[in-house]
Amino acid sequence: MELRTINRTVIRPSGGWPSLAFDEIWAYRELLGMLAWRDVSVRYKQSVAGIGWAVFQPLMTMVIFTIIFGKFAKLPSDGLPYPVFAYCALLPWNYFSQSLTGSSDSIVGSSYLITKVYFPRLILPLGKVTSGLIDFGVAFVILLGMMAWYGIAPTAGILLLPVFMLVAMLTALGVGLWFTALNVKYRDVRFIVPYIAQFWLFASPVAYSTSLVPEKWRWLYGLNPMVGVIEGFRWALLGKAVPDFGMMLASFGAVCLVLVTGLYYFRKMEETFADNV
Amino acid sequence: MKRKQGPVVIRVDKLSKRYKLGQVHGNLLSERIGLGLKSLSRRFWGCSSNFSTVQRFNDSTFWALRDVSFEIKQGEVVGIVGRNGTGKSTLLKILSRVTGPTEGEVELLGRVGSLLEVGTGFHPELTGRENIFMNGAILGMKRAEIKNRFDEIVGFAEVEKFVDTPVKHYSSGMYVRLAFAVAAHLEPEVLLVDEVLAVGDTAFQKKCLGKIGEVARGGRTVLFVSHNMASVKALCGRAILLEGGRVVMEGDAVSVVDRYLQDAGTKVTSYSMAAGKKPPCFRSVELIQEERNNGIFAADRPVRISFSIDSGGKKGLGVNLYIRNEQGVCIHHSSDSFGDSSGEARTCEIPAHGLAAGRYHVDVSLCRGEFEVFDYLQDALIFQTGLTAATDERARAARWRGLCGPGLITWK
Repeated sequence: MELRTINRTVIRPSGGWPSLAFDEIWAYRELLGMLAWRDVSVRYKQSVAGIGWAVFQPLMTMVIFTIIFGKFAKLPSDGLPYPVFAYCALLPWNYFSQSLTGSSDSIVGSSYLITKVYFPRLILPLGKVTSGLIDFGVAFVILLGMMAWYGIAPTAGILLLPVFMLVAMLTALGVGLWFTALNVKYRDVRFIVPYIAQFWLFASPVAYSTSLVPEKWRWLYGLNPMVGVIEGFRWALLGKAVPDFGMMLASFGAVCLVLVTGLYYFRKMEETFADNV
Repeated sequence: MKRKQGPVVIRVDKLSKRYKLGQVHGNLLSERIGLGLKSLSRRFWGCSSNFSTVQRFNDSTFWALRDVSFEIKQGEVVGIVGRNGTGKSTLLKILSRVTGPTEGEVELLGRVGSLLEVGTGFHPELTGRENIFMNGAILGMKRAEIKNRFDEIVGFAEVEKFVDTPVKHYSSGMYVRLAFAVAAHLEPEVLLVDEVLAVGDTAFQKKCLGKIGEVARGGRTVLFVSHNMASVKALCGRAILLEGGRVVMEGDAVSVVDRYLQDAGTKVTSYSMAAGKKPPCFRSVELIQEERNNGIFAADRPVRISFSIDSGGKKGLGVNLYIRNEQGVCIHHSSDSFGDSSGEARTCEIPAHGLAAGRYHVDVSLCRGEFEVFDYLQDALIFQTGLTAATDERARAARWRGLCGPGLITWK
């Protein structure tokens, strides 16, 4: 046999700045797809409603929000019917919180793989933020139905929807990378994540409108990337006023910062995962 | 056997791996902070008691591998032998990039596939077909490659009828066969094999050995870690003997195996866990008998074996015990569970006359259910038994032959 594929690997102790090795992740893209597919497939196996749960969850939250925040608290919804207003934000929010929780547990939850075979560890959190897209897609169809029911037409901004979705994905990934790497060393993280997700929900304009936030604090508020994502969704789909530019910029800046630092921290700790999980 | 050998495909240079001993600081941040405060307070007020403990644990590290160097050429089949805890598994883990080295360097040419454990990533809810693709992807195969070999894999595993059944409905034999089949059909240039042959029935083990032999004849490089000296001799051209994390001998398989067996002549009456092991695992295994004389256990008295495990919080663990005689025949097999209330220690007793005079090897495994083996210690104990004078006389007089002790059967 010829050594045609001179696939040379050098293993040495790590030190200094880790490389991100994106080419390697690309080489393992099939595994990424398989892991995401397995996640979805296993989640709904042996449940009667199956993928219907992906719709039921945001729908129920929408009903509760509509009753409590829409009817009782009478929060303003920028002139939109409250149910659509809330559901449109719940879609990216649910995707985000599911992905955040999933990716935060991805390394410790896959210890049986980590200690047995090599593959770029980044595949695991990436798989988690990918698998949520399926649920998102299913729930999105319901949104389209609701929009038709209320007679709301999407604006041309819908073309930018994938960008907002990408921001949600990268936010979940960036924060998830920090958490999952920290979780290997400090198991406290898994107890903290649910609370963070809960606080984060109220720090994002899901149940209420950004218009409640004083104008001069918008940029600070925008440091929460989910603000930019949800505002973007409402603008693109429901034709709400164009979002505050400074706020959107703050959101995108925050994502980049979290993602880049998360990637480096994850890469730096990666080698110790197998010894510590 | 002679074979054409190519360029060096594995070059290991002064490889070392250090593990921290003990887990004095748990995995909770609060404990870390507590320890940090203690050390701070010591710095300010000079109270030494707690700090010295912390310091000692921080300093005590353990070298699982130390300055290991060797080269392997293309097409070679090399065995790695050595007792438990001598660094064999750590070496394979570094070569398969599961964990990183502390010092040294490894250079590998070609795709590396590892058979460190079969069934990695199998999900009980998924069907056989789905698991084949999943497992193949985890082991680094492309989808197209798996598709091409799909029928071959299913055929090898003999599960044709159950391809679309979730594997949770498989028998343990089917499960293991399928898992091995996927791994065995991976076609890497370098194959790392660790102890997988301990699974399945004898017929299937033969099949597995055959497959490895086939891979080797196909010109691939195989690194084979095993305690089965007969297979090492049969499969490998060369072998490396590890002891305490260092290479103590390197040469043709037959002489290395002989040296290992010679070393193994030493008796081992207790085992204690090597550092860096992950629970659930055995903490210690010990042979106990008061009548022991000169290191020889009396066969006509009971011998007790005590186990202590670190369950790591896992419930429903069970222990398996295999006693093999010098010829490698398993003469006793016993298993029991660590009940949830019985703690982490068990003791069993081999009754008087349970063994004949001779040398015995004890293998133990820690498992749960049929599939999950958490710890497997081959030759965890090696000991010698003898007969007391009275029994010996009777046995000689009767020209006694048998595998168990001469006094086991009583006459009425």
